[in-house]
Amino acid sequence: MPCPSDRAVSLSRLRAWIKQFGILAAIVIIAATLGCAKPTFLTTTNLVNVARQISINGILGVGVTLVLLTGGVDLSLGSVVALTGVIAACFAHPGVYPLCVPLILGIAAGMACGATNGLVITGGVPPFIATLGTMTVARGLAQVISDGRPVSNMSPAMIRLAGDVGGIPVPVIILAAVALAAWTMLTNTRLGRHIYAVGGNENAARASGIDVRRVKMFAYTICGALTGLAGIVLAARINTGQPNAGLAYELDAIAAVVIGGTSLSGGAGGIGGTILGALLMGVINNGLDLLNVSSYYQQIVKGIIIVGAVWLDRRSSRKEG
Amino acid sequence: MAIETTLPDRPLFQAANISKSFDGTQALTDVSLTIRCGEVHALMGENGAGKSTLMKILAGLFPADSGDVYLDGRKVVHHSPFQAMQHGIAMIHQELMPILDMTVAENLLLGREPVGRIPGVIDRRVARAEAERMLGLLQLDFPTDRRMRTLSVAQMQMVEIAKALGQNARIVIMDEPTAAISNREIDALFAAIRSMKARGVAVVYITHKMDEVFAIADVVTVLRDGCHVATRPATELNNDTLIELMVGRELRELLPKPCEAGEAIALSVRHLTRAGSFRNISFDLKCGEVLGIAGLMGAGRTEVASAIFGLKLPDSGEIVVHGRPAKIRSAADSMRLGIGMVTEDRKGQGIVPAMSVAHNVTLAALDAYCTGPFIRRKRERAAVDENLRTFAIRTSSRGQPVGELSGGNQQKVVIAKTLLTNPTIILLDEPTRGVDIGAKAEIYTIVARLAQQGRSVILISSELPEIMALCDRVLVMRQGTIAAELAVAKTTQEEILRYAMPV
Repeated sequence: MPCPSDRAVSLSRLRAWIKQFGILAAIVIIAATLGCAKPTFLTTTNLVNVARQISINGILGVGVTLVLLTGGVDLSLGSVVALTGVIAACFAHPGVYPLCVPLILGIAAGMACGATNGLVITGGVPPFIATLGTMTVARGLAQVISDGRPVSNMSPAMIRLAGDVGGIPVPVIILAAVALAAWTMLTNTRLGRHIYAVGGNENAARASGIDVRRVKMFAYTICGALTGLAGIVLAARINTGQPNAGLAYELDAIAAVVIGGTSLSGGAGGIGGTILGALLMGVINNGLDLLNVSSYYQQIVKGIIIVGAVWLDRRSSRKEG
Repeated sequence: MAIETTLPDRPLFQAANISKSFDGTQALTDVSLTIRCGEVHALMGENGAGKSTLMKILAGLFPADSGDVYLDGRKVVHHSPFQAMQHGIAMIHQELMPILDMTVAENLLLGREPVGRIPGVIDRRVARAEAERMLGLLQLDFPTDRRMRTLSVAQMQMVEIAKALGQNARIVIMDEPTAAISNREIDALFAAIRSMKARGVAVVYITHKMDEVFAIADVVTVLRDGCHVATRPATELNNDTLIELMVGRELRELLPKPCEAGEAIALSVRHLTRAGSFRNISFDLKCGEVLGIAGLMGAGRTEVASAIFGLKLPDSGEIVVHGRPAKIRSAADSMRLGIGMVTEDRKGQGIVPAMSVAHNVTLAALDAYCTGPFIRRKRERAAVDENLRTFAIRTSSRGQPVGELSGGNQQKVVIAKTLLTNPTIILLDEPTRGVDIGAKAEIYTIVARLAQQGRSVILISSELPEIMALCDRVLVMRQGTIAAELAVAKTTQEEILRYAMPV
């Protein structure tokens, strides 16, 4: 017998779709407008470029989505990007180690930062403060390790991480893989379910036998690992490990996640929205570049769009409720 | 002063036919109340009888669904505590809400600070004189520049009362004012009440304590299940008649008979103690038994259950589950031992409101629907649909967020979630609170069925008829200890309540 509520299920699913389509529609409209104004926007080369430009923000966004879903926040992303980039670059000089060494070390350093965040936070320090501390410490460590100078002389294998494979940028492939894995984890595994439960109502989660500490540790550690990955990709793209890289990247990542509909208080949202949010920000950045808008004005536009998108989203969800 | 124009015995205040419901639960039905000048009016009733709801309506915290309020025979409407205060109605809340880092004077004059010649700047001299005048109304003599933080609870309460009187309150509502203060301080409070009375101020006094009622009240009104039961002069009442009025009818119509408990002991608690909450709690729970725990709010019932379930750990004592000493440090531990709990705080500890009905139902038992880390969606969905049917959970779809359901259906989701872990020992803490009568009956049937299956249930409830109908035995808790263990067949609600009342 079909469940009597099947129709209602598809209805609520439709509503969820429309909510995501809101951003998708915005992206399509903006892209179409840009295409009319600047035909170069819609060329394959440029679109691939947009994808490449959003890949780092996208990878960071996926990681911080997990953290925001638990009701936390991670401000250390940008500094950890610099730290892991520098560490990877130190081990990526030509002919010294195979590529896997800088890769593993960079990701491991990111995981260590994330795990530290997790430990401090589950120990009772508010996420804002804990990750603010890590942000400062990681930046300092990056300066110490690099002696304040860019770490250059990178092996071709490492640089290829920012190149193309069959016309598709490697960072985009990495983002796709990361997003797919995180999406599967969130929607199809017990751990994913637990992340939503912890963010939705921590006490109820605990009373349901969920190990809240373990779930948070996981979210921060994976976020750290993905930050390490993003740090490596960035280092590869700029051919150096820059101790000053990644300034304010955490804010762009959080902006993408929130534009994508994930709640800052946790428990609601997902990876699909984050990717769309990153895409929206990327399209706007790229469009403004093509239109020769100065980077000063770009910042102003970006700020307005972040607040506007979230305001519209909250307004429509209030009407629903 | 304006107060002198009001004479005793004239109706100062009347509430007529007040009704109020929350999320479909009727909290007050057609309640009327008359308060006269200079009278101390005690409001009594069991937990959930509607006392606080009625007072909060009178104090403007939320509106009534229907009914009118008259002051001096004129109809008044107030939409906020501020407006109520302008009508001369002040409420001293059970949980005092002073601003701890401000001084006594600043708290007394909060929101109506006197401004001097320079606009926006407080005239400290006037402020101080005014604060001293207000304290003087109660013959209080502590300095007005002391920080609130340095006062005792009783002193803060006095400041609150002085604040109400200083603003010419004509009715002062006090919600369990003696709950947190010592005996000596109670005398000071009573002196303050008598001085208010002498000024013609009416005091509405909510309490559970019989002796206080007879010591201070002129008139007693009893509410039960949101209805007005009786209003009598205190002199016409005694302990027994008052308890009888509060307890009232039985709940027979709703429920299956308790079945025979087995002999095997499922859970045994010995000398369980946690400082400040409960001490030396020992009892046994048999297989197939429904054991009631009665007591007033704050008697430590929830805390004991939380300790057994591992939510808040005890300081000492032991818990033996099915004959084996258990080390319970978390809810996960107790669930592994076959213990399940439906917490009293549904919104805080029961549901994840933004999550779907389906995901809430399977949240605690997800392991059973997983292969490795992956959830088997089909199996999960089948289990959810079965539970929606068994527990008659009314929802538009299994994907609907639980936060959108009615209180009764939310509660059934929490019960379904708990039972899905297949516990042999089930702790139910106020399972029918805030639930409509239909869902109540369904929950009673579930409890009876659990016992028939040989599982053991601990039922914590403030509704005595519920305990009488469902339980074999009842433990009565009072101020953190077990005051009595009674066989339901051989006791009465009156006897239970007598043990529950603080001495």
